[in-house]
Amino acid sequence: MDLMEKNLELVEIQKLEGHTDRVWSVAWNPVSSHADGVSPVLASCSGDNTVRIWEQSSLSRSWTCKTVLEETHTRTVRSCAWSPSGELLATASFDGTTGIWKNYGSDFECIATLEGHENEVKSVSWNASGSYLATCSRDKSVWIWEVLEGNEYECAAVLSEHTQDVKMVQWHPTMDVLFSCSYDDTIKVWWSQDDDGEFECVQTLGESNNGHSSTVWAISFNATGDKMVTCSDDRTLKIWGTDIARMQSGEEYVPWTHLCTLSGYHDRTIYSAHWSRDDIIASGAGDDAIRLFVDSHDSVDGPSYNLLLKKNKAHDNDVNCVQWSRGEGDRLLASASDDGMVKIWQVATKP
Amino acid sequence: MSMLYTVMILKKVLESELWFTVLHRKIKPLAVEARLRNREKKKMTLGLINANPVVQAKKERLVRTQPDQYRDDGVDPLDIYEYVRDIRDPEHPYTLEQLSVLSEESVTVDDQLDRILIKFTPTVQHCSMATIIGLCLRAKLKECLPLHYKVDILVSPGSHADEDSVNKQLNDKERVAAAMENPNLRQLVDECIYSDEI
Repeated sequence: MDLMEKNLELVEIQKLEGHTDRVWSVAWNPVSSHADGVSPVLASCSGDNTVRIWEQSSLSRSWTCKTVLEETHTRTVRSCAWSPSGELLATASFDGTTGIWKNYGSDFECIATLEGHENEVKSVSWNASGSYLATCSRDKSVWIWEVLEGNEYECAAVLSEHTQDVKMVQWHPTMDVLFSCSYDDTIKVWWSQDDDGEFECVQTLGESNNGHSSTVWAISFNATGDKMVTCSDDRTLKIWGTDIARMQSGEEYVPWTHLCTLSGYHDRTIYSAHWSRDDIIASGAGDDAIRLFVDSHDSVDGPSYNLLLKKNKAHDNDVNCVQWSRGEGDRLLASASDDGMVKIWQVATKP
Repeated sequence: MSMLYTVMILKKVLESELWFTVLHRKIKPLAVEARLRNREKKKMTLGLINANPVVQAKKERLVRTQPDQYRDDGVDPLDIYEYVRDIRDPEHPYTLEQLSVLSEESVTVDDQLDRILIKFTPTVQHCSMATIIGLCLRAKLKECLPLHYKVDILVSPGSHADEDSVNKQLNDKERVAAAMENPNLRQLVDECIYSDEI
């Protein structure tokens, strides 16, 4: 199935209004999707200090705001992440704390608050099994928290090797390897050799490894976990790869290498990139547009990507986050913007 | 007096790295001696970064008919300049224009892409108020311009010792947003941009 040959477009399904300030991030609940017969659920977080939970009605097919998580964070909520079981939502805030919320039917309750960072928390990520949580901050550190029974969270590591503000943390989709990207223009890889919770920085992807020349804003992995895409203020997307089979079987760390750079497609900062389960890379940038890229499959020595489509004026202002839904085959994309909106899109064939 | 007090609080905030990275923490011994000598000379400076700024007389203004908030057919750089020229300097009771931090040439507009570039010139090479001036420019323009305009703010090339560092901070919107949530900083910025209304 060659996507480039199909005449595809990005169709706006719905605009979700409600936030009273810019929306920074969105996250799809991994468990609910049409395929399971459960309505898809989306969380969005904003400069208005709240998180909104949106659900699609199975009858009317329209999205409504189910709950507003408020009166907990006292400053901007910068990002949020669902636990793999879909039961918990972690929220990272400029107030220096990370909130853990539990879904009790129609309501959410903040069951824990993780403190420790010296200033704004920028990102939070759960590992594949839900046993670890990672957070990062402008204080240049990455914290790893162990998720224990009885709603206990213990700080397992404070990793301070970035030299500047850390923008995002992301666990590998299948292994307990943590990735972080920063204002210091690098991506760092954190690994625990004996799986004993002693994490250390095993690789730094910087300019010398064909890395970015400015702030790296986001990281996203493909479904198999052998490739990742990173986006930056230097207006490029970079694709990296590793020998995942070797990594999964062996005891030693297998380094990531640069595979290709997509430049010339963006003329403003790229704030977000997300890799779908069927290999489409979406990007959200400071020029209010959303772009989709696919592997052209016609390069012999490594992947080469083509622009599948560009949605101009996707929002009235910067696109801060793009996230593909988890469901198989539905090709739904959610986007968050400085214009205060969340939008749901669908990739469809042109009529 | 309250302005001075706010500036002093702000210096403490800057030094404690509460928001932006302090710009020039590593001071070489030679520079320290020079500063101590200068400080002894100017006993009445009250610790201001630039105690004797060069002040221009207020420029004569062309009488303009009341401008619209924005025009549909594009934005005139001089309109943008009108919004920012009277912003007050964080340290001195003068406008950015009077201190030659801004001039008409500071503003360039790309009409096709709706992008605005502002280059400002801090009064001294080691001005730690540079980031605050940048924030004032952003805050003021955010109010005056339609949503979709993109604004880039830079220090004039060669005008600041930490040019790249200042530019990077001023154009990282997440850092700017976090800084503006700091109430002390927000207050100082508001005093600078609303000074003509006080």
